[in-house]
Amino acid sequence: MIRTDHLCKRYPAVTAVEDVTFEVRPGEVLGFLGPNGAGKTTTMRMLAGFLAPTSGRASICGHDVQSEPLAARQSLGYLPEGAPSYGEMRVGAFLEFIAELRRLPAGRKRARLEYVTERLQLESVLDQAIETLSKGFRRRVGLAQALLHDPPVLVLDEPTDGLDPNQKHEVRTLIEEMAREKIIVISTHILEEVAAVCTRAIIIARGRIVADDTPLQLTSRSRYHNAVSLQLARVEQLEAARAAVAALPAVAAVEVSEREARVTALPRAGAMILQDVAALAAGQGLQLKELHLESGRLDEVFRTITA
Amino acid sequence: MRNVALILRRELASYFATPLAYVFILIFLVLANAFTFYVGGFYQSGQADLRPFFMFHPWLYLFLIPALTMKLWAEERKSGSIELLMTLPVRAYEAVLGKFLAAWLFTALALALTFPIWITVNYLGHPDNGVIFASYLGSLLLAGGFLAIGSCMSALTRNQVVAFILGVVACFVLLLAGYPMVLDAFRGWAPETLIEAVASLSLLTHFQSITRGVLEARDVLYFAMLIAFFLFTTTVAVDLRKAD
Repeated sequence: MIRTDHLCKRYPAVTAVEDVTFEVRPGEVLGFLGPNGAGKTTTMRMLAGFLAPTSGRASICGHDVQSEPLAARQSLGYLPEGAPSYGEMRVGAFLEFIAELRRLPAGRKRARLEYVTERLQLESVLDQAIETLSKGFRRRVGLAQALLHDPPVLVLDEPTDGLDPNQKHEVRTLIEEMAREKIIVISTHILEEVAAVCTRAIIIARGRIVADDTPLQLTSRSRYHNAVSLQLARVEQLEAARAAVAALPAVAAVEVSEREARVTALPRAGAMILQDVAALAAGQGLQLKELHLESGRLDEVFRTITA
Repeated sequence: MRNVALILRRELASYFATPLAYVFILIFLVLANAFTFYVGGFYQSGQADLRPFFMFHPWLYLFLIPALTMKLWAEERKSGSIELLMTLPVRAYEAVLGKFLAAWLFTALALALTFPIWITVNYLGHPDNGVIFASYLGSLLLAGGFLAIGSCMSALTRNQVVAFILGVVACFVLLLAGYPMVLDAFRGWAPETLIEAVASLSLLTHFQSITRGVLEARDVLYFAMLIAFFLFTTTVAVDLRKAD
């Protein structure tokens, strides 16, 4: 389990993290979200024991990261921001070095090295110097390093930054697979990633937690939650459609996009308007290209909360 | 100790993964020999000893050692790899010691590669090999002292050039602590005991007393304490400033 208790980090000029308290249990994948400079990396550094908090405490699997640093670090796999490593080392030698420092016994070391090399597709670069690799490979070397000792807790700062869509998918699959028995905290500014892999999201802004919920609950805070969007076949019908939809009693507001010939109807709180809009479209003889129910827009929630 | 050995091995390998090791060794050997023959007057003195050789070591080390140590910690901080290292199950002092020992072993290798001059002097005459052995040991201790100072300066900044300059200045001050250039800065305001204390810190005095062939415990102890002090300071600096 990861536990933080009123974690604060103050610098002379700024307060980077203020009163951050949360717990993460096995099976949870916690997504850390926030604008740049909100305190995500600072919080993760305090979890990893790299930064000492000004006040408050953090513990990993019951080990306080400040008073029992070595025990806490053994239970933790950590990918620092930017996936730093030793550029002049070759990938194979670098992973070997980490495995030795992690005290993996010989047999297990071989098995784990094989596993991470295969899972993160590093076979082809084992003999290359890390500084000659692309950003995506470097990130995967950083991930491999964090997974090497099969730790119960993983703290990954932007694990998919710099990866192409296929590699992103691979890493997300890997995280989902590991999620069952591990505790995973990732930070990201890619919102779709949160919806894809996280069971819980914490939004942090100006150093404080401003939301702590499941991605589904967060999206339902969106004003687009349960909104109905219809795209018309003929743009001439746009004005008529807008007026008719706006007249429905359960519709709170209507947004129109002329470029897409799209009308989006936002419901009043708690109302379900799909049936009404569908019936209206049939009654008015609107020719539809598309009609769908929106679940909510995470980016809009994110902007509203962190603005 | 296993962590120290692992870090030592990694560091040493990284010297040889870049041109640094070869450039350092080459320049050290060329300069050491050039000074011995052209400035030290090895032949002209007509004596079978290596005084003209060891005499220039402090001045060679003054620039070469800070060049070797400037990257020790500054580079780790600049590249961010310090965040990786300090979140592995490694204690700060183990990393400090591993890096220092790697650098010391490397300098020992460079020093060992000066053996042709020892063969030369033995071919030309009958030198006192006991004095030569003590001198080699003194040179190695001096290098260790400079390395510890340099490592400390590197831990204070993330800028390698700053680390180099700080290293040269700190080594220079300690080297000449017994000479007027440094002592005059204290005269006039400091009590006599402080001036004597500063003078007794002089690296050059201790080095010269060893190279005369008198291997005294207090000289060796002086270097051991100097190294221990600066490595301790490095550890504190790394611990306090790793995330800056």
